[in-house]
Amino acid sequence: MSILVNENTKILVQGITGDFGGRHAKLSLDYGTQLVAGVTPGKGGQVFEHNGKQVPIFNTVAEAAKATGATVSVIFVPPPFAADAIVECADAGLDLAVAITEGIPIKDMIRVKRAIAGGKTRLVGPNCPGIVTPGAGEKSNGGCRIGIAPGYIHRKGHVGVVSRSGTLTYEAVYQLTTRGLGQSTSVGIGGDPVNGTSHLDVIKLFNEDPDTYGIILIGEIGGSAEVEAARWIKENCKKPVAGFIAGATAPAGRRMGHAGAVIGGKDDTAEAKIAIFRECGIEVAETPSDMADALIRSAKAKGVALD
Amino acid sequence: MNIHEYQAKQLFADFGVAVPKGYPAQTAAEFDAALANFPEGTVVVKSQIHAGGRGKGTFTNGYKGGVKVVKSKAEAKEAATAMLGNVLVTKQTGPEGRKVQTVYFNEASDIKKEYYLAILLDRGTSRPVIVASTEGGMDIETVAENTPDKIVKVRVDPAIGLQDYQKRQLAFALGFKGDLMKQFGKLITGLYNLFWEKDCSMVEVNPLITTPDDKLIALDAKVGFDDNALYRHPDIVALRDLNEEDSKEIEASKFGLSYIALDGNIACLVNGAGLAMSTMDIIKHFGGNPANFLDVGGGASKDAVAGAFKIILSDKNVKGIFVNIFGGIMDCDVIAQGIVAAVKETGLTLPLVVRLEGNNVENGKKTLATSGLTIVSGDSMADAAQKIVKLVG
Repeated sequence: MSILVNENTKILVQGITGDFGGRHAKLSLDYGTQLVAGVTPGKGGQVFEHNGKQVPIFNTVAEAAKATGATVSVIFVPPPFAADAIVECADAGLDLAVAITEGIPIKDMIRVKRAIAGGKTRLVGPNCPGIVTPGAGEKSNGGCRIGIAPGYIHRKGHVGVVSRSGTLTYEAVYQLTTRGLGQSTSVGIGGDPVNGTSHLDVIKLFNEDPDTYGIILIGEIGGSAEVEAARWIKENCKKPVAGFIAGATAPAGRRMGHAGAVIGGKDDTAEAKIAIFRECGIEVAETPSDMADALIRSAKAKGVALD
Repeated sequence: MNIHEYQAKQLFADFGVAVPKGYPAQTAAEFDAALANFPEGTVVVKSQIHAGGRGKGTFTNGYKGGVKVVKSKAEAKEAATAMLGNVLVTKQTGPEGRKVQTVYFNEASDIKKEYYLAILLDRGTSRPVIVASTEGGMDIETVAENTPDKIVKVRVDPAIGLQDYQKRQLAFALGFKGDLMKQFGKLITGLYNLFWEKDCSMVEVNPLITTPDDKLIALDAKVGFDDNALYRHPDIVALRDLNEEDSKEIEASKFGLSYIALDGNIACLVNGAGLAMSTMDIIKHFGGNPANFLDVGGGASKDAVAGAFKIILSDKNVKGIFVNIFGGIMDCDVIAQGIVAAVKETGLTLPLVVRLEGNNVENGKKTLATSGLTIVSGDSMADAAQKIVKLVG
């Protein structure tokens, strides 16, 4: 089991003929992911080829989904056109749209979020590394890799990872894997202030997933999404949870790389969020090197096996 | 992106929001022409820098106050002369202050009462929120903490925009009746249209005032824009003042790097924003002080690494460098070659600790070890952070 996607999930790539999208489509194919279609308006009928695999390209998401049975799209289209691409997924009735694109105007995301609210399509991202559900093969091959994460650092197992940041997610996954602990699913929700899926949404899914035994929750300065998740965990989640918040040394008022990583008021600070994590029984990683060990400590204290 | 008060007030005026009559001057030669627009009497002289706290600031030449209310045009000219071209230090500028390159003359307004009004993004609901308070002219965070009941928030549905009943809600909360309510309706409509049409990240009026003859005026104006949307607003990009930005940050943006200068002495070069923030944090955790935030991008190309080295070395406070790369997709050996090339090209003599992890890391470490350069290798983030802190001392 896993959350959101598994090794049988069929995915399509919006922007497969672009440099960025094409490169990562190839890596997903190499990983063994069921990448079944590409969408580039005007290039319908062409074929994307890689190592003997042929992926048909369609003009629209609806056509691609109908012809191939794809239920998930990963979006690599440039920022001015990304909002349109997301709404197209919702209109085509996909289960999930994962927007990798960085730099989408906030107003576009406000409108998109309003437009897809209440519909069946879940959005993850934008400005995110994507989702990985590791496979059972060598170096976790055969899993579902959606986006830009390095697949080979994963290992099939029972820890759920959720984070705003790409490289911090890889850091956590790598720490787990090198300690012999695999992951059920790793989800990057993205560094933008308006995103489709929150920490809490993912935590709820991990909590319900019988195959996820423990969770690493990685957050950063700005907003209150981590706090919302922590309070829910305190009331509802019995699984061991470790947390880390980046940006303890960030100056107020500056955007630290991510559009959403900015300290506006005192609730936005790492200090405030860490204090609430502690209050809610989350084992806090003192440094980013300590994320996997923090989860191991929490599991030990709760008498839960993680493997 | 931020703009100056005089630019923000011009935008307010364009959107039908009442502001005091005002004229900017960039040179002393323009003072007379600007002042000719006012009748003899009280004039407000305002230093134009992006940082707040101007009124209570002090110039490095000893002149006190970045905002002055003076009794005559002669005094206005005197104040403007003391401000223009000089460095103003406020609680927000840091000790180095900011050079005043524009002085803004405003007509004086009599104040009956001050209010607070702002529009920004409510992250919790992913909607624009209008924040209003009868406690104007004060720090809104303090008001929120001490008297939260004096703050009203109205969230706008982006599908239908700001509704009339919401304007009335705000007007009633602020105690406006009759003609003032009408004036407020026009003002909030203009501010919301500005926020929405120009992709603002924030519009703030503090204070919004009423005058003794019941006119509603935006006495101050602060506007910020969503950097992601600037590509569709060339008119806003034209308002950018590079003098207000750190020269290293401007240089970094040319390489597609995200760089923020800090006041420590250990420079960081990292891929990914979250990891870059954490690298600063871990340096501090082990007793050091980070000199900067620097994200070379999740991919981290060889060229980006070379460009990044030049930028961090232009900071004279830097006493050591910590490179922290998680090469997920990128080949660590390519990154290592980039580091070696950059070190040779810049003739680096400062301590350098490199922590490489990920794809092809063994060959990357070999490249560093056999380069003939004194590069210290760190096994984990914690190990590398402790090494650089120790080396810098």
